[in-house]
Amino acid sequence: MSYLTIFIAAVFVNNIVLSQFLGICPFLGVSKKISTALGMGCAVMFVMTLSGIVTHLVYYQLLVPFNLTYMQTIVFILVIASLVQMVEIVLKKTAPILYQALGIFLPLITTNCAVLGVAILAIQKDYGLLSAVCFNLANAIGFTLAIVLFAGIREKLDRAGVPEALKGAPIALITAGLLSMAFIGFSGVGN
Amino acid sequence: MNKSNSWKNLTAGFIRENPIFVMMLGMCPTLGVTTSAINGLGMGVATLFVLLLSNTLISLLKNFIPVTVRIPCYIVIIACCVTVIDMLMEAFTPEVYGALGIYIPLIVVNCIILGRAEAFAAHNNVLQSIFDAIGMGIGFTLGVTILGTVREILGAYSIFGHPFASETAEPLLLFIMPPGAFLALAGLMLMFNKLKRQK
Repeated sequence: MSYLTIFIAAVFVNNIVLSQFLGICPFLGVSKKISTALGMGCAVMFVMTLSGIVTHLVYYQLLVPFNLTYMQTIVFILVIASLVQMVEIVLKKTAPILYQALGIFLPLITTNCAVLGVAILAIQKDYGLLSAVCFNLANAIGFTLAIVLFAGIREKLDRAGVPEALKGAPIALITAGLLSMAFIGFSGVGN
Repeated sequence: MNKSNSWKNLTAGFIRENPIFVMMLGMCPTLGVTTSAINGLGMGVATLFVLLLSNTLISLLKNFIPVTVRIPCYIVIIACCVTVIDMLMEAFTPEVYGALGIYIPLIVVNCIILGRAEAFAAHNNVLQSIFDAIGMGIGFTLGVTILGTVREILGAYSIFGHPFASETAEPLLLFIMPPGAFLALAGLMLMFNKLKRQK
């Protein structure tokens, strides 16, 4: 499969948030403003791409040769948690401006199921290293696209007269449902 | 701890602090696997057992875990519990295991588990933590099963796999597709809010 197909399939057709339901917590939680949504998206993109490379290497160079594939879940979550910690420390030292922009989002990413989910999916799909990196990056872009679109709609919704009982979570979920419906339009593309 | 307190801890998760409708935790599996009532129930029970195991272990170990590195410790404990449940399900309920797929390993990052570890098991004794886990687990199971049932009734015209309409009837397919998950949950939350206000 070509990289372009993987890319389009991951960003639009099987959008990680709107059709696979991974990363819903930050999607609903950090989407009140476009700027914070964009920050979260960038932080996820950074960590997800890195974790894609590392988990792929760990799985094929360490777990498979030693017959430890059943440890996958434990090892992957540890890799992601330590990676997040490391990225935080490195950014703080080398790129303080970037750190200030992404800082508050980084700790939240450890428990973002999209990162672990995409790492496991890439293994399940038997991708090579380059395809896996492409798959991870594409999913991260899909996540960013979804959360920024959603935040844009929510900013407008703030000024709309929403019925009392619908305020808060229900109206956010309905908005997400409509957005997800729009993404169904992409199904079939890239097959 | 007296008896009424245990009862309070046990029932908190049912409705008052329901993890799905009130606290909005664990949304990913809630939306992802509830295409049918059976899948929802399977996910709920799997989460219940993980929660029970992790809450018990963390409550037992709380005095040995240094406060500064408690989150990584909790995550490792939870990941071990999930791996155990994952293997058990693969062996004993292969059908449900196949249907739930990637969402089983993802129980690790379900916020309910870590949330209860941090908010409850880390400060309470083993017995109360077990009560809390059972209560929260049942609350979560109730939520996902109700959502699964609603989506199955609307989207496939069947209840727990038993069709109730003629074969020519066309169900609202949308409700077992991804957007239906959001819309069905929005509807349920709306009703929940209304009921709460009337009280």
